[in-house]
Amino acid sequence: MQSIFQWISVNEQMIYILILVIFLGFIVISRVPTVLHTPLMSHANAISGVVIMGAIIVMGRADADNYIALILGFLAVVLGTINVVGGFVVTDRMLEMFKKKK
Amino acid sequence: MGVSILALVYIIAAVTFIMGLKMMSNPASARKGNIVAGAGMVAAIFGTIFLYRNPDGSLLQNHIWIFSAIALGTLIGMYAAKKVKMTAMPEMVSLFNGLGGASATLISVIEFNHLAEQGFPADSSSSGTMAIIFAGVILGNITFSGSLIAWGKLSGKVKDFAFKGQHIINLILFAAALALSIFIVSDLQATTTTILFYIVFLLSMVYGIFFVLPIGGADMPVVISLLNSLSGLSAACGGFLYDNKVVFTGGILVGAAGTILTVLMCKAMNRSLLNVLIGSFGGNKKGAAAGEAGQYKEISLNDSAVVMSYANKVLIVPGYGLAVAQAQHACHELEKLLEAKGVQVKYAIHPVAGRMPGHMNVLLAEADVSYDKLLEMEQANDEFPTTDVVLILGANDVVNPAAKTDPGSPIYGMPILDVELAKNVVVNKRSMKPGYAGIENGLFYRPKTSMLFGDAKKVLQDLCGEIKNL
Repeated sequence: MQSIFQWISVNEQMIYILILVIFLGFIVISRVPTVLHTPLMSHANAISGVVIMGAIIVMGRADADNYIALILGFLAVVLGTINVVGGFVVTDRMLEMFKKKK
Repeated sequence: MGVSILALVYIIAAVTFIMGLKMMSNPASARKGNIVAGAGMVAAIFGTIFLYRNPDGSLLQNHIWIFSAIALGTLIGMYAAKKVKMTAMPEMVSLFNGLGGASATLISVIEFNHLAEQGFPADSSSSGTMAIIFAGVILGNITFSGSLIAWGKLSGKVKDFAFKGQHIINLILFAAALALSIFIVSDLQATTTTILFYIVFLLSMVYGIFFVLPIGGADMPVVISLLNSLSGLSAACGGFLYDNKVVFTGGILVGAAGTILTVLMCKAMNRSLLNVLIGSFGGNKKGAAAGEAGQYKEISLNDSAVVMSYANKVLIVPGYGLAVAQAQHACHELEKLLEAKGVQVKYAIHPVAGRMPGHMNVLLAEADVSYDKLLEMEQANDEFPTTDVVLILGANDVVNPAAKTDPGSPIYGMPILDVELAKNVVVNKRSMKPGYAGIENGLFYRPKTSMLFGDAKKVLQDLCGEIKNL
C-alpha cells in the first residue's frame, strides 16, 4: 500500500495529464460528424505512432555492441515510421477528396 | 539549452495533435488539421533525435541506425499508403495500427531486457516501471495480433472462426496474462521472471487472435476502432517509461478518442460494446436465416431506367457492393444523367454502411459526388416517404427490416434506413446470397421491391446507357 501511494506522488504530473487528456479526447472527438469517421480513425492511428519516439530513444541509448537492443530498436523504429507516415498519408488521401466542389 | 528547445518542441507537438483532432471535426479544415498534426510529429521526431538527453546528460547515439530505420519505414509507409485502393482503406488502417502496436511491444521488450541486465533492482520505482512494461506488452501485442486478424478478415484472407466456449477461453487467456504480470511485478527477484515474461508475451498475442477471430461482419469497424484505442494506450505506456510527455499525451489522446469513437459506432447500431464483443454476428447464423424464402421479382435494366427517369426524387443507398465493384464513378454518372432529366437525386448514408463508418462518404467523395447530396440516416428516413425510387447498391444489412421486426435476429435493434416508406425499391445485388453479416433479408421479398442482379459497376454503366437512349 505504502509503495502505491509513493508511486502516485512520484508520478503526480503524469496522472494529471492522464485525466485531463482523457476528457480532452472525449470532448474533441464527440463533435466529429459521421462523414469524417474513417479519416478520423486513420488520423488518430497516425498519432498513436508517437510511440516511435520511444523507439528512437531506445535505439539512441543502446551500446554499439548491444545487437539485440539495436536490432529490436531498429525494427521498432521501422514499424513506428510505417505507422506514422502511412497513417498521415492515407488520411490525406482520404481528405483530399473532401475538397469543396464548385 | 537543447533540452529547453526540445521541451518547447514537445509542447508545440502536443498542441498540434489536439488542434489536428479538433480541425478534423470539420470537413473544411480536416485536411489542414491532418497536415498540422503531421508537421508536429515530424518536429517532435527530429527534436528527439538531435536534442534528447539521457538522464546522465549524454545525447543519443547510433544516428546512422536511426536514420536508416526511418528512411526504410518512410519508404514502405509511403508506398503502401499511395498504392492502396480506396476500397481497401479500412484494411490498411488496421494494418498500420497493428504495426504501431508491435512497435510499442518491442520497446517494452527492450526495456525489460534492460532491467534484466541490472538484475531487477528491488525498489518501488522499478516495480512501477515493470508494471508499465507489462501493460505495454499486453496492450501492444493485443493490438498487433488483433489488427492483423482484422486486416486478414477484411481483405478476405481469414474466415470467421468460432468454437464452443471461446469466450471462456478468451477470458482465461486474458486473466492468466494479467495474473502472471501481477505475480512477476510483486516479486521481481524470482528466478522465473524472464520465462514468465515471455509467457505473458505469448498469452497476450494469442488473446489478440482469439479476441478478433469470432467477431464478424458488421462489427469489424467497431473492433478496428477499439484496437486503435488500445494502440494509443500502448504508446502511452512507452511515453510513461521515458517520462516523455508528448508520447504520453498523444497516446492517451488516441486512447480516449478511439474509445469515444467506438462508443459512437456502437450507438449507431443501437448495441452495447459488450454485446458486440460477446454476441458475435459471425457465430450464430442459424436464428435468422430460416425466414421468409418467398418469391422475389426481377426488374429489367430498361424498366429501371424508365422508372428512375420519370421519378421526381431518387434516393441512392450505397453499400459495400458499391465499394467492391468500384462503381462510385458510374454512380456519379447516373446521378448527373438523372439530374439532367430534372430528377432530384440524393444519397442515403447509413452510419455503418460499408466496412467502416464514413466508408461510403469517402468513396463517393472520390467520384466527385457533391457533399450536400449525402444525407445522414435521420435526414434520409425523413425523406423516404416523398421518394419515388430508392436504388440500393450493394447494401444489405443496413436496410434489413428484421432489425426492427424480428427480435431473434442478430441485428435486432440496429437502426436501419426505412427504404420501404418510398414508393419503389430497386435492389442491385450480385445474387440472392445474404449479406456480410450472414442474415437473410426480408426486404427482397416485399411487393414494392424489385431485384436488379449484377455487378454494381456494370449495372450502373448499362443503366446510364439505357437512360441516354430513352
